[in-house]
Amino acid sequence: MRKVKDNILKIILWLSAAITVLIIVTIVGYIFKKGFKLIDFNFIFGDYSPTSGGGIFPMIVTTLLTVIVSLLISIPIGICGAIYLQEYAKQGRGVKLIRFATESLAGIPSIIYGLFGTVFFVSTLKLQFSILSGSLTLAIIVLPVIIRTTEEALKTVPQSYREGAVALGSTKFEVLYKIIVPSAMPGILSGVILSIGRIIGESAAILLTAGTVASMPKNLLSSGRTLTVHAYLVTKEAGNIELASAIGVILIFIILALSLIAKGITKTINKEKF
Amino acid sequence: MSIISVKDLNLFYGTNHALKNINIEIDKNSVTALIGPSGCGKSTFLRTLNRMNDLIDDVKIEGQVLFEDKNIYKELNEIELRKRIGMVFQKPNPFPMSIYDNIAYGPRIHGIKDKKKLDEIVEKSLQGAALWKEVKDRLKKSAMGLSGGQQQRLCIARTIAVEPEVILMDEPTSALDPISTSKVEELMDVLKEKYTIVIVTHNMQQAGRISDKTAFFLNGEIVEYGKTEEMFHMPKDKRTEDYITGRFG
Repeated sequence: MRKVKDNILKIILWLSAAITVLIIVTIVGYIFKKGFKLIDFNFIFGDYSPTSGGGIFPMIVTTLLTVIVSLLISIPIGICGAIYLQEYAKQGRGVKLIRFATESLAGIPSIIYGLFGTVFFVSTLKLQFSILSGSLTLAIIVLPVIIRTTEEALKTVPQSYREGAVALGSTKFEVLYKIIVPSAMPGILSGVILSIGRIIGESAAILLTAGTVASMPKNLLSSGRTLTVHAYLVTKEAGNIELASAIGVILIFIILALSLIAKGITKTINKEKF
Repeated sequence: MSIISVKDLNLFYGTNHALKNINIEIDKNSVTALIGPSGCGKSTFLRTLNRMNDLIDDVKIEGQVLFEDKNIYKELNEIELRKRIGMVFQKPNPFPMSIYDNIAYGPRIHGIKDKKKLDEIVEKSLQGAALWKEVKDRLKKSAMGLSGGQQQRLCIARTIAVEPEVILMDEPTSALDPISTSKVEELMDVLKEKYTIVIVTHNMQQAGRISDKTAFFLNGEIVEYGKTEEMFHMPKDKRTEDYITGRFG
């Protein structure tokens, strides 16, 4: 009887894994089937045509710019914030409050961030609909992710490393900079990869802050259209599922490429350690 | 000739009175063993000497610890102190870097950048820890790939790379096999010519083998302190006799 239970469990678990794989394969497969045939040189690099929706290079540039600027803002603040919470702050009620606030931030729907961004960055700070407004808004969205994953990564660094470094006469900064942060780097990078995915996938918040202008951005104060916004508008306005799917294919490739780069960086860092 | 002088030291972890009225003089260029049952305060005392207890919240220290006649709290800063008083821990704790970088870590943070000088220091330290021959062809490989005994000798090399005057050892061989243990003990005999060593040990035989003087700790106090040979053969206090002969602890 007990053996039967064991086998049933095995089947259930296998089924769960199979269903998960099936879902992903179906979604990706559908998108590729519908959209892959539309992709050619012109689709990416040709002149933008509002009717066919092709010429998406400016959207790719806007997306990448948004990712880079958001990361440039959120990574330093996130890492330093996490270091403060883990290594400096006295673990008491104040720290618990900060952590609670950070966790709550993570749960807020992105449309709310979009509304905040529209009011604060676009209007009050007069940054207008721009890549900068969008990046600032997205930076706030991914900040809790970076803080949380960095804190977890710092926690995994064994106390013995810290003790060994201190016993040799290190200052607190040296212990952090030379031992703890390099040791926590894989965890920190996985937080960055998560954030990249989040940033690229954002649509509501960026629509409300970066705008929808479908041309090559001149600088960070230009308005721009990201790939997700473009996919949304194309579906909403023209009902062109094939085009939206084609954009989806490009998005999948970009996310894959960025993840592989980040994984490569992690591997290089780890190789030096082992 | 004493290099460390402790007067009326009292230490509290919160309300727990962990060290009570400790008075002791540590002789230069000798090996001093601290023995006693678990929880008696010997590790706590050891960590007071290089101010490692500063890292713990809620620790209160009263009394005076003098290192070469300077008060370690009032007249010396902890960075400089820890360069001159090094520590080897119970469980070997090499950094996750190459063997070379582990040894060079200390000299680098204390200002030495010249590659040739660092190479010299790395070789000298590894030889001083009787490890050079075993690792000289793989200095750039990770230290995590060494065996336990080798890692501990690496930690010793790392400690002597900054040229301390005192080496504190907190049960340095309790996590090692007997062969590595005897290698490290041999090392201590050589090291004491250049350094002063204070070692916490649970191992009575080890204390008897390697130390010149021994202090017996019990419940946060030093019950007896004297020449090792005398203490082991003719202890003055009955509690010392009981502990040494294995009646408790």
